[in-house]
Amino acid sequence: MTHPFATLGIEAQRLPGALPAWHAPVAPGALRALAEKAKARQARLVALWASDETPRGAGYGLHVALALREGLLWIGVPLEREHPRYPGIADLFPAAARMQRAAYDLVGVHAQDSPDHRKWLRHAAWPGGQFPLRKDFDAGARFEASEDRYPFVRVEGEGVHEIPVGPVHAGTIEPGHFRFSIVGEKILKLEERLGYKHKGIEKRFEGMTALDAARLAGRVSGDSTVAYAWAYAMALEALLGVEVPPRAAALRGVALELERVANHLGDLGYLGNDVGLSFGFFQFWRLKEDLLRLNCELFGHRYLMDYVVPGGVAGDPGAAACVRLIDALAAIEREIGELRTIYDEHAGAQDRFIMTGQVTPELAAALDLTGLAGRASGQEHDLRAAHPIAPYRGLEVRVSGHIRGDVAARVSVRFEELAESFRLIRALADALPPGELRLALERPGAARRGCGWVEGWRGEVFIALETGAEGALHRVHVHDPSWQNWPLLERAVLGNIVPDFPLINKSFNLSYSGHDL
Amino acid sequence: MYRLLKQIAKTGIVTEPAPEADESLRLLAQRLQDAVLGHFGRSLAVRHVDAGSCNGCELEIHACNSPHYNLERLGIRFVASPRHADLLLVTGPVSRHMETALRRTYEATPEPKLVVAIGDCGCSGGIFGESYASRGAVSNVIPVDVAVPGCPPAPAAIIQGMLTAVSSTSARRSSGASR
Repeated sequence: MTHPFATLGIEAQRLPGALPAWHAPVAPGALRALAEKAKARQARLVALWASDETPRGAGYGLHVALALREGLLWIGVPLEREHPRYPGIADLFPAAARMQRAAYDLVGVHAQDSPDHRKWLRHAAWPGGQFPLRKDFDAGARFEASEDRYPFVRVEGEGVHEIPVGPVHAGTIEPGHFRFSIVGEKILKLEERLGYKHKGIEKRFEGMTALDAARLAGRVSGDSTVAYAWAYAMALEALLGVEVPPRAAALRGVALELERVANHLGDLGYLGNDVGLSFGFFQFWRLKEDLLRLNCELFGHRYLMDYVVPGGVAGDPGAAACVRLIDALAAIEREIGELRTIYDEHAGAQDRFIMTGQVTPELAAALDLTGLAGRASGQEHDLRAAHPIAPYRGLEVRVSGHIRGDVAARVSVRFEELAESFRLIRALADALPPGELRLALERPGAARRGCGWVEGWRGEVFIALETGAEGALHRVHVHDPSWQNWPLLERAVLGNIVPDFPLINKSFNLSYSGHDL
Repeated sequence: MYRLLKQIAKTGIVTEPAPEADESLRLLAQRLQDAVLGHFGRSLAVRHVDAGSCNGCELEIHACNSPHYNLERLGIRFVASPRHADLLLVTGPVSRHMETALRRTYEATPEPKLVVAIGDCGCSGGIFGESYASRGAVSNVIPVDVAVPGCPPAPAAIIQGMLTAVSSTSARRSSGASR
């Protein structure tokens, strides 16, 4: 049988598990040619990260995950021990730029020919030349805080001035720094500086057992806890070669869609609030609270944390609960219909939404905009439809989309995805297959590899997992779709006025914690 | 406009009774005099600082403003600057990269001030613990009056933590009913 990546000129090996995923070792010298061929085939960059392979007697590893029509291709590039370096790919895949900088900060592997060598995730917690994800780096190490110098790009000209914002913001949002260069009220440039929330998550994984680490995966970005817990479980189950029972798979689907509904409700409320329609905030947050309470009652947690566990799910709501769930969601859905009409007909809100914070489909495609924001800009990627695995197989998920790429489009996609999620939950909860909820998992074997890839509410959550000697966690890379979308926020605000920034930012609603790790 | 007004009328008032203070959440002895607490009790300005959370606690802090909890009816409101704040609501673990910003925010808050740490991570460092990148509990960096555990704590628990911070035994005896 010819494998699907023959045209890329590589030998790829199918990874275990239901996900269409392959792994291929590629020499550093062949990386560029492969990346160019993949780009020509409309590949999207999913993630780029590095690892320390010195315990295996090798040097370091660079890893690139690409999304192709056939599925996910995980490329492993062995790098030498003395001067670990590789040819950068940020000119082909712009989203790689920050990932390459982070890979240097954490593992010390160097992207050659890259125009931007500034640090990214490192501030002052550890000095340059020390690399936390190297195996000889002590997780508990504590360094004297040094001065944190970071050269922002300066905009010069008559009447141009800067507004520095953050890391502590005026509202209840996560910390990050935004440097606006403006003339009058118009934004000429926005430069983001992230990494404030770096709390050593990937190093922490390496000190945990594969089963305990599921809790940590569920706390990479709390608003996407189901997506992360599922991606982690998917990676571990693939690595162990087990398939979860159909009932567990269906309940995971219900949980993931409930998470999507809760987040979309919250965002729609805030998007109303940010244009002075506080009515919207109160209405949508009332509905969200109703849903969270139902989650707590039926699944034991308002945000469904720790519900998806390796091997299955943590509990069974039961048949009566499924009926309650379907009824309660129908009531919420009816109210959303009413609220959508009010939003659509509200001239003041629409005036603020339409043509604000626009990302054109061309720009979105060039810069790999992903997830919900991508779909609002003509990028119709949705893993639930493109690579449907259980329980999505056979459900024919309808991908929501828009081409205008403005705040109004991101509002519209949220409304449409709510409707689709309600349909999916109904379909799943109505016909829950009988059977077990959770398989007991054994300890993973040594030097195994698995990955998980889940369409969370924000976009694709990806987790790559490798075990080392005696099945301990050697490297766990967790990737949030915010990595792809943060750079697009810098572009979306150009030419807009500063007071529209909070609205544009909220319409993307990106994760800081999931990015900073 | 008709639809909007109809929706408001149909919804009615969904706000529920507020929780009572809970002294078991207190870490430091009450630092404020009754006279000050009497003043705080009527109007409390809160500045939230996310010092490194997973953003789960932030979801519940937002929910405190939702109609079921309606925080502002208790005189508690979020303000945009620590210089306007009486109380800092801090979520964590405190990442080393946020340590300086948290200290500066604390210093910028005028006396008398209170600190409420939110969530298992804010209380103890939680699952992230202490490491090269994390200082762990909020109390490792600034003094904490009241710590509210939970992953994340529910909105009522967060409100209870704030009410505990501004309560004293004598003040509660005299004004418990009116709150």
